[in-house]
Amino acid sequence: MPNWVEGYATPRPSMRACVIVFPGSNADAEMIAALAGAASTPPTVVWHTETALPADTDLVAIPGGFSYGDYLRCGALAKVSPIVPAIREHAAKGRLVLGVCNGFQILTEIGLLPGGLTRNRQMRFECGDRYIRVAARGAFTRTVGAVWRMPVAHAEGRYVASPELLEQLNGEDRVAVRYCDARGEVVDEANFNGSAESIAGIYGGPYRNILGLMPHPERAVDPRTGGADGVELFAAAVATLAGGKSTSALV
Amino acid sequence: MKATVYVRPKKEVLDPQGDAVRKALEKLGFGGVAQVRIGKVVEIEFAENIPASEQNAMRAKLEQMSDTLLANPVMEDYEVTF
Repeated sequence: MPNWVEGYATPRPSMRACVIVFPGSNADAEMIAALAGAASTPPTVVWHTETALPADTDLVAIPGGFSYGDYLRCGALAKVSPIVPAIREHAAKGRLVLGVCNGFQILTEIGLLPGGLTRNRQMRFECGDRYIRVAARGAFTRTVGAVWRMPVAHAEGRYVASPELLEQLNGEDRVAVRYCDARGEVVDEANFNGSAESIAGIYGGPYRNILGLMPHPERAVDPRTGGADGVELFAAAVATLAGGKSTSALV
Repeated sequence: MKATVYVRPKKEVLDPQGDAVRKALEKLGFGGVAQVRIGKVVEIEFAENIPASEQNAMRAKLEQMSDTLLANPVMEDYEVTF
C-alpha cells in the first residue's frame, strides 16, 4: 500500500496492529486502512470468536459500529465474546488498545475503561465534523492543547461518570480529549452530546495505554476525504511503540 | 417460575428519552405530566419452579445477573422481583 497519508514517517515503522471485528462492526474497513497507512505492515483482522491475538500484537483496535445490534445497551453483549480475555491480558501488559465510538462503549462495558456512554443530550444521532482538544499525554496523544477536527457519528455518546470518578480522572490526568470549538475553547455549546465535563475520550490502563473516544480518527486520515487530523493520533501510537515496548516513559 | 428485573436510569442521570416523551404527551394534550423516565423490563423465565427455601439464593443470583449484564451500574439502577 502506498504511503498516501502525509505526516507519517517515511519509511514507515513496523507496528503489529490487530483490528477486532464483532458482528455489527461497521467502521472496521476505515480502521484497517488507517492502520495500514500508519505502519509498514497491514493490520491483522481478528473475528471476535477467536480466543487469542496474533503473537506480539502491539496495538488492538476496536472499531465503531453496532456490535450485537446494540441489544440491551451499546457494547453490553460484547463482554461475552471469546476474544475479550485476550484483549484484557494485552491491555494489562501495557500494550496499546484503541476503542473508537462503539469500541469506546465496548471498553467501558467490559470494564477496561471507567464510566459509561448513554443517549446524547438532545436525543439526536449526531453526524458531522466536531473539534476535540487534547487534554492529556498518553500512548495516542503527544501534545496537550492540540486541536483536532474529526467526524462523529453516534446517538449514545454522552459520557457519564460519578463526581468521584471525574475527580479521579482529572487527578490522574486521564481525560484524553474534550469537545471544543474551532478555536480550541472547551465551551458548553461545543459539547453537543452533553458529556460530563465535555469528555470525548479517556485513558485507562497502567500506562495510559488504553484510549477510548467517540470521534473517529480513522475517518480523518486523508485530506481528500475531509481532513487528516486523525493521522496525529496514529502517528503518536507508532512513535510510542518506537520508543520502546512499554509506554511507561509517558507516565 | 418467572422473575422480573426493572432497569431504570439513575435519578441523577439525565433521561433525554423520557424528556422527549414528556414533551410529546404535552403536545397531545395530556397536561400535568411533570416528568417521564424510561427504563427496561427484563422478564426471566426459569426452567423449573424455585422452592421457597432457595428463593434467597435465587434473588442473589438475579442480582448478580443484573450487576454483570442486565444493568450498567454506572448509569442504571435495578430492582428484582419474583
